[in-house]
Amino acid sequence: MAFLTDRKRAMGLGSAKSGTEHFWSMKVSSVALLILMPLFVFTFGAALGGTYEEILAYYSRPTPAIIAALTLAVGFKHFNDGCQTLIEDYVHGTAQKITIILMTCLSYGAAAVGVFAIAKLAL
Amino acid sequence: MADVNRGNRPLSPHLTIYRPQLTSMTSILTRITGNAMLIAALMIVWWFLAAATSEEYFNTANAFVTSWFGDLVMLFSVLGLWYHTLAGIRHLIWDNGIGLDIPTAEKMGWACLGGSVLLTLITVAALA
Repeated sequence: MAFLTDRKRAMGLGSAKSGTEHFWSMKVSSVALLILMPLFVFTFGAALGGTYEEILAYYSRPTPAIIAALTLAVGFKHFNDGCQTLIEDYVHGTAQKITIILMTCLSYGAAAVGVFAIAKLAL
Repeated sequence: MADVNRGNRPLSPHLTIYRPQLTSMTSILTRITGNAMLIAALMIVWWFLAAATSEEYFNTANAFVTSWFGDLVMLFSVLGLWYHTLAGIRHLIWDNGIGLDIPTAEKMGWACLGGSVLLTLITVAALA
């Protein structure tokens, strides 16, 4: 086996057929965030600084709540994809795999906590 | 590559050998801003969780998020967000094979830098 080149080992196996998946995922979420982020900045920004009662009243309205929930869900997915690229560039081997898994857990976890909290506020 | 000792052969020039350029600086800034926004995002998630839990917990989280430190994080995150947004638009344009020549890429780089400061000032003025 030591005499086989990487090319020889890979020949005939075909591509993984998923080469553009990550790129496309980032592209779709980036366009979604292009719409969501300005909406989020100006709704969340308007609410921030209010009293507890004001925040409860504001986020019981559907529009700010839906904007915030979507922004957190799409934003953390986009963050996870981008962060994976960052890790792949600077961390290698087992440490790379562990870091990617941890950042994925953090991203989905934070998104879930955020969406749950907003749903609880809204309902 | 064959499984041979690759030795200490010279590698192709990497980051350290290049003079900093607008295109490379605006590229790394996109990565830095995108990843740094995690801090503000986690603060916002915590703030929402606290608001959904109880008034006491909300007051604790809200006091931190609206403190001078929280304000500073939010201000820099808004700047980073607008920069990352404009730089993202630049990437969406580039994806079509448009604007890849150096003069246009550099013009768009200045637009990202200037535009993000301008949008931050507008945001602060609108929300103050």
